Amino acid sequence: MSISDRVIAIIAEQAVLEPSDVTPESTLEDLGIDSLGLVESIFAIEEEFDISIPFNANEPSASDFDISNVAAIIAGIEKLVSEKV
Amino acid sequence: MKRVVITGAGTINSLGHSVPDTLDAMREGRCGISALEFRDVERLAIQIGGQVRGFEAEGRFNRQQMTLYDRFTQFTLTAAKEAIDQSGIEFHGDLAARSGVVLGTAGGGVSTWDDNYRSVYEDGKNRVHPFVVPKLMNNAAASHVSMEHNLKGPSFTVSTACASSNHAMALAFQMVRSGAAPAMLTGGSESMLCFGGVKAWEGLRVMSKDACRPFSANRNGMVQGEGAGVFVFEEYEHARARGADILCEVVGFAMSSDASDIVMPSKQGAARAMSGALADAGLSADSVGYINAHGTGTAANDKTECAAVADVFGPHADELMISSTKSMHGHLIGGTGAVELLACIMALRDGVIAPTIGYEEPDPECALDVVPNEAREAKVDVALSNAFAFGGLNAVLALKRV
Repeated sequence: MSISDRVIAIIAEQAVLEPSDVTPESTLEDLGIDSLGLVESIFAIEEEFDISIPFNANEPSASDFDISNVAAIIAGIEKLVSEKV
Repeated sequence: MKRVVITGAGTINSLGHSVPDTLDAMREGRCGISALEFRDVERLAIQIGGQVRGFEAEGRFNRQQMTLYDRFTQFTLTAAKEAIDQSGIEFHGDLAARSGVVLGTAGGGVSTWDDNYRSVYEDGKNRVHPFVVPKLMNNAAASHVSMEHNLKGPSFTVSTACASSNHAMALAFQMVRSGAAPAMLTGGSESMLCFGGVKAWEGLRVMSKDACRPFSANRNGMVQGEGAGVFVFEEYEHARARGADILCEVVGFAMSSDASDIVMPSKQGAARAMSGALADAGLSADSVGYINAHGTGTAANDKTECAAVADVFGPHADELMISSTKSMHGHLIGGTGAVELLACIMALRDGVIAPTIGYEEPDPECALDVVPNEAREAKVDVALSNAFAFGGLNAVLALKRV
């Protein structure tokens, strides 16, 4: 599975949807993922890829990690995975 | 109904090892938050906290006591002794039989859990000390206070996360007010600043890596603290008869449950607790001069709390002062309401309002007088102390100058 597919699988599971229902344009809000669901998704993604995602729930927009939609999240994770030594 | 007054106060926290030292620090707007020091701290993403420094438990307690006292119990006993010494109350006979101890803690002996899990899981040991259970249990501190000071009445521990101490003090207040107990030791303590304790909090991603800045637009989360606050709540006539120094009066309380979300705060739940405390005390909203805020420094709490204050107080919200001393001592979780009650006592008795330090940028969603950065002199007749816990459990106390 590609990084994109693995991320979508995690987000879909959190949203209790089929992966096919999660599109790159979907926002977390569209998918019904609240702040607690977001923190859980980030944890699951960190575990899946063995990376650390710089995300503070108090200032979601201040961190480098863009969560505005699924495509942005995937791009951020691809970057973090590529930077992993 | 009896009147209830506070005749003794004790504390240990990152600002000081006594009430006078703590109040001096609050007056000066000093910050007790700094780099954490304990084993494996380098593996944490969050490395700051309001840690108690220079506390030599070994010098205070003997070897046998040390095997039974987790750090949260050590803090509690230290604060309880200060409170009882100040109060001058001695528990004998009928007074001892009817007076008890109600304390709050969220985690109890967290570092005892942490040390012993490490020992069996990481070090592979197959044996732990025989007193692990009596050392870590949440009621250990209340029990040791009762043993140390001969308190034989109603005694137990309340655990409602960040509202534990306020719930505990509300119950102690009720017991004295109803006449069930002539005096109660009450407050709470917490000691979670160990690897496992901070690691668990990290997971929620609500912690700041640099500072606790309640109500400031650039706030970025909470910072943990540790310590204890313990008070002597006493029936007014009993206190007067023995010529006790009265610090302030406890006049009301209310508890509410949001019944909505396990971590997100609710404006309605907070507002119901504040207005309930005023109703219980028979006070009008415009009598309140100071609120010690829950003020955690998270994005969600501070704006919700300010909105709740605006709802309850209407135009008077702009007249009163509200500050969060967590900016100085950090969030003591189950012990936090107890240490924060000291700021209310200072406001009522000394006319000094503890500041919200670390305040850098106004937030339109927190547009109240948060007493930024510097303490202020003001005469205050009534103060509220807020605590809003995870799980949506709220407890607010109302206090009055005597």
